[in-house]
Amino acid sequence: MNRINQKLKEGKKLLSIYFTAGYPNINDTITIIQNLEKSGVDMIEIGLPFSDPLADGPTIQDSSTKALQNGMTSELLFQQLKDIRKTVSIPLIIMGYFNPVMQYGVEAFCKKCQEIGIDGLILPDLPVDVYAEQYKDTFEKYGLISVFLITPQTSDERIRYIDSVSDGFIYMVSSASTTGAKSGFGNAQEDYFNRIANMKLSNPQIVGFGISNNETFMQATKQAKGAIIGSAFIKHVTANGVDTIDTFVDNIKP
Amino acid sequence: MSYNINEKGYYGEFGGAFIPEMLYPNVEELRQNYLKVMAEPLFQEEFNQLLKDYVGRPSPLYFAKRLSEKYNTKVYLKREDLNHTGAHKVNNTIGQILMAKRLGKTRIIAETGAGQHGVATATVCALMGMECIVYMGEIDIARQAPNVARMKMLGAEVRPALSGSRTLKDATNEAIRDWINNPVDTHYIIGSAIGPHPYPDMVTRFQSIISEEIKWQLKEHEGKENPDYVVACIGGGSNAAGTYYHFLDNEDVGIIAVEAAGKGIHSGESAATSALGKEGIIHGCKTLLMQTNDGQITEPYSISAGLDYPGVGPMHSHLYKSGRGEFYSATDDEAMTAGLELAQLEGIIPAIETSHALAIFSHKTFEPNDIVVISLSGRGDKDLQNYIDYFKL
Ligand SMILES: Cc1ncc(COP(=O)(O)O)c(C=O)c1O
Repeated sequence: MNRINQKLKEGKKLLSIYFTAGYPNINDTITIIQNLEKSGVDMIEIGLPFSDPLADGPTIQDSSTKALQNGMTSELLFQQLKDIRKTVSIPLIIMGYFNPVMQYGVEAFCKKCQEIGIDGLILPDLPVDVYAEQYKDTFEKYGLISVFLITPQTSDERIRYIDSVSDGFIYMVSSASTTGAKSGFGNAQEDYFNRIANMKLSNPQIVGFGISNNETFMQATKQAKGAIIGSAFIKHVTANGVDTIDTFVDNIKP
Repeated sequence: MSYNINEKGYYGEFGGAFIPEMLYPNVEELRQNYLKVMAEPLFQEEFNQLLKDYVGRPSPLYFAKRLSEKYNTKVYLKREDLNHTGAHKVNNTIGQILMAKRLGKTRIIAETGAGQHGVATATVCALMGMECIVYMGEIDIARQAPNVARMKMLGAEVRPALSGSRTLKDATNEAIRDWINNPVDTHYIIGSAIGPHPYPDMVTRFQSIISEEIKWQLKEHEGKENPDYVVACIGGGSNAAGTYYHFLDNEDVGIIAVEAAGKGIHSGESAATSALGKEGIIHGCKTLLMQTNDGQITEPYSISAGLDYPGVGPMHSHLYKSGRGEFYSATDDEAMTAGLELAQLEGIIPAIETSHALAIFSHKTFEPNDIVVISLSGRGDKDLQNYIDYFKL
């Protein structure tokens, strides 16, 4: 069974952390992953940087630009991750935009992921219908889970469709925004969280966007299975480097 | 074989809507409504009325006698430069502002490179009393000061795009991000035949007035509707798409595209996307784009800010790949020379974008009896400083 599905079975709320590979320094990838696991994080999203990250706010844009300047590429990331399964056992997901994957070759990319022990991909600009028609078989052949996003604007009908295509978890974007835009949740989010919980979807949901501390983590996971932190973590490593990741994680998880 | 869009939003293998889920409701709302709205008699009436009384259409189809003599062929110029605001861009912004109103939107965003589309958007927003925010790369703001001033005078807010390379592609990213953050009240007026479906098709349909007029105007001039060639410059490809539209499936009409070669196709400073690009995804569209082997989008270069885009619209990728279109590229020098030549032979100072289309004569020889219609997409007022610097005027 895929590590993601296994993790989702555990009876606790999950914390997933996103970081941009190649940032702050080109060779931080392994250190960050290992330190995140040691700190008790449940799942990691390894960001493959893209020149034009149009769903991202300034924090992830800047980390992506810097990572590319540092020389990060798909090939280099795969090299860095080559032996990662010798030391790390939590689920690892690669998150990025579709174009770099397309240029690598979707099948070659998936194959490489399987060799390394990557468990899933999140490609926000790969539409779910194109995935279902053209790539689902390839992903499955290499044991990869594809994760799709929903937002407060997504219709019930479409959420049901996404649920039917998914086989892991649904990435619940907390508000209509790019990453890192807002922090904290209001009534609109409460309503949205309730609406989704009441839909009783077959895939568990993990909330992302706008989570930066213990309070927002608790709010987001009241009903959802877990929460994802990205921009706040990038800000932490920007300010403090990669050696005090445990302090960051301790502040999130009770 | 049809060269037009299919019901799934693709031209051949190009097009589609490769957008993050956050954009899906906005784009889907547009997709479900655009054809219906455009077909409404009242919409048509309002659109045509504005094109006539406000834009000044039909734009003349002018037989360029001296240019024809020089190149020993029959050259007609489709005078989009005479439109209000000085280019073809306004055909699209008039259409889209009416679309935005029908969809109940109250806030307009746009991207701009040289500022032509920004000005055309700010203009229609003033006309309709709508809030207008134009994203423009920080570098472009510095090099296109007169158009920035025009937009401000028209009541628009010009927001600098500070990310990435701080030019057109980044302004487009910023506009898309704005739309993600404002999904309900905002309409995004894209300025070329690019972006996720239905944008390329919607923009093309609004620009198709160009070829619609060419047909009846040519009939008046020559007694026949179809030229032998239609020629246009391609940035994202909106003036070209409008110029080709009614001839796409008539293979007796040759389709010619001229891209910007910058300092030379292989100089590393070029915007000749069909020659240098590979299939990929840019701004929600599967098309040819300039990129590294690793799939990072690269920064194009052209002396003309309006051709400085690393992709082309999906219609053009299909025309290129299928062989239906002939693709050329003109260097900065060829374009500037062609622009000066038009000024001195015909008394028309073209936009530098347009000058690229005129440079077709240094790449292709036509027969004496060929009827060649060139899209004169814009006037050169905005480029005067460039011409001054280049020719030391
Ligand atoms: C006069 C003129 N022609 C052509 C273009 C290129 O755009 P497109 O390829 O969409 O026609 C521009 C863009 O700014 C322009 O201002």
